[in-house]
Amino acid sequence: MSPILIAEQVLNGLQFGVMLFLMAAGLTLIFGVMGLINLAHGSLYMVGAFAAAAVAGLTGSFLLALIAALAAAAIAGALVEIVVIRRLYARDHLDQVLATFALILIFSEGTRWIFGSFPLFLDIPGWLSGPVTLPGGIAYPLYRLVLIGAGLAVAAGLGLLISRTRIGIQIRAGENDREMIAALGVDISKLYTIVFALGAALAGLAGALVGAIQSVQVAMGEPVLILAFVVIVIGGIGSIRGALVGALLVGLTDTLGGIFLPELFKLFLDPATATAVGASLASMAIYILMGAVLIWRPTGLFGAPA
Amino acid sequence: MKVLKTLALTTALTAVAGMAAADVKVGMITTLSGGGASLGIDTRDGFMLAMGMADRDDVEVVIGDDQRKPDVAVQLADEMIQSEQVDVLTGIVWSNLAMAVVPSATAQGKFYLSTNAAPAQLAGRGCNPNYFAVSYQNDNLHEAAGAYAKSEGYTNPFIMAPNYPAGHDSLAGFKRFYGGDLAGEVYTTLGQTDYAAEIAQIRDSGADSIFFFLPGGMGISFLKQYSNSGVELPVMGPAFSFDQAILQAVGEAALGVKNGANWSKDLDVPANADFVAAFEEAYDRLPSIYAAYGYDTANLLLSAVDAADPAEDPDAFRAALKAADFDSVRGDFSFDTNNHPVQDIYVREVVQEGDIFTNKIVATAIEDRSSAYVDECKM
Repeated sequence: MSPILIAEQVLNGLQFGVMLFLMAAGLTLIFGVMGLINLAHGSLYMVGAFAAAAVAGLTGSFLLALIAALAAAAIAGALVEIVVIRRLYARDHLDQVLATFALILIFSEGTRWIFGSFPLFLDIPGWLSGPVTLPGGIAYPLYRLVLIGAGLAVAAGLGLLISRTRIGIQIRAGENDREMIAALGVDISKLYTIVFALGAALAGLAGALVGAIQSVQVAMGEPVLILAFVVIVIGGIGSIRGALVGALLVGLTDTLGGIFLPELFKLFLDPATATAVGASLASMAIYILMGAVLIWRPTGLFGAPA
Repeated sequence: MKVLKTLALTTALTAVAGMAAADVKVGMITTLSGGGASLGIDTRDGFMLAMGMADRDDVEVVIGDDQRKPDVAVQLADEMIQSEQVDVLTGIVWSNLAMAVVPSATAQGKFYLSTNAAPAQLAGRGCNPNYFAVSYQNDNLHEAAGAYAKSEGYTNPFIMAPNYPAGHDSLAGFKRFYGGDLAGEVYTTLGQTDYAAEIAQIRDSGADSIFFFLPGGMGISFLKQYSNSGVELPVMGPAFSFDQAILQAVGEAALGVKNGANWSKDLDVPANADFVAAFEEAYDRLPSIYAAYGYDTANLLLSAVDAADPAEDPDAFRAALKAADFDSVRGDFSFDTNNHPVQDIYVREVVQEGDIFTNKIVATAIEDRSSAYVDECKM
């Protein structure tokens, strides 16, 4: 196995990780600030991808498509918060899970009703397609490099927003004690709507960015949602920094595990069995990682002690 | 989560063409939501097209969405057998779901007609007189791709399929007719959407060609990422990796690719021309290979219903199925001793017709192909 292959796989793991971060950031904010389990977060990812595919199909512009994805997901998120989620804050988690599961069905069927069941076409724009050669002779798709850059930029921006701005202070205060900041005169329901829309916009952005290299189809968000939950459990619920570290860990574990475990088994098993056993174990790797982290730190890497 | 699943299930069963006088009840379990939905929808539409064209009130079809989840498929099968009292089950797309449903359904005396999934286990030792694969045996289309790879003189292909029963059958089938050295052999996760890691392995492996079996959304993701990776090896696969929905979503990236198939819309058979025209008329899109299997399955079922009632005279019904007395869109069609078809397998090429991407047949890969496991079947 050549060093170039390993370097390329590390880049792949990073790229997968930063995209997971975009999903997990919104999920962890919403859970941290509002105490809400939002299963419909994957649907907002799907809304972003479909909005991008529709606008790219109409205008041919990828940038307009990204803006549309952000806007559509944010609007969908705000509407959902105002119409449905707002009634759930006082309820227990089972009610929240039930209601947001219903939202998944509504979003999926609604999208199927509008766009049909067949995958939509959303392609990488010409100026971002094709491979570039990195130092060391690694040929790597330019678009994936851009994804890594965009994801890290969003992470930095989100970090600044949380730590340096007034709204960030309110969000952090809301995580700690929501009654107190309401008593201090912060409009808590407006804050919740903003946080929810922000989380939704990040999910929509991830959906559009990833939709260009995968397939834009109904229910595309659910597999990512499960991974995003793993990420926030590993990172510690409510922590943006935890979401970033957790997302990169999950991305790297999943990608590198899928490569190295089959190779490892080939040392003492025949190739066909080794690939089958290795592939099965690799798909478990992130859950084993989650288990190990939870044994070591029951509240996650950056979670507040219970 | 148990509560949620039951909730989802109760809304999932929908009766179509419900007629009080129906003599024969058919339960269709197929994938109508999630990443595999386009396959199930085409299966259903092909099946219901034949039902509609026959315009009969003695057959009722109940349709359930399995969401590509084995546990949901098992629950649907139980519900259809116990409360809906169906005589015949059909429609499952994915082999892991078929393995979960078919053996128990046939053990309860029900008939199962496969519109798609036909894992090796059910073609060999696990064969059953009440189980008929109308589509193929899983290995078949991959065998054709293997034969094609050999005839093209490839000496070092990289082969890849999802880690589930049909994926194992796929690579086994390819290797059976290819028979040479491999640059690499990889099993991916079923439903995987990112193939960057596999593409890096392909780049590193020194392969001279790529064979991949990735149906539905998986194929779309792989082809889009592959076309952007800078790796430019010839690509081949079974028809499932290049079906009508995949080709529209990947566009030019798939042009010229060769794939193994037992059906194509340009197959020169009168029944096929009628089917393609009727499907386009009814649904305003080109039929896929899944729709063709669904259509054939419905017509086989109707031909057997004409001969006998499955509940009253299962032996006569079974004999009528085995006779396969219907106009298949694939031309000559008969069942081997293990109830799997004997049929020609072709090589197709992806072409562009106007602004539509589709397949056309370029060669016959294997004539009168049965299945590798026919001798293991004792019944």
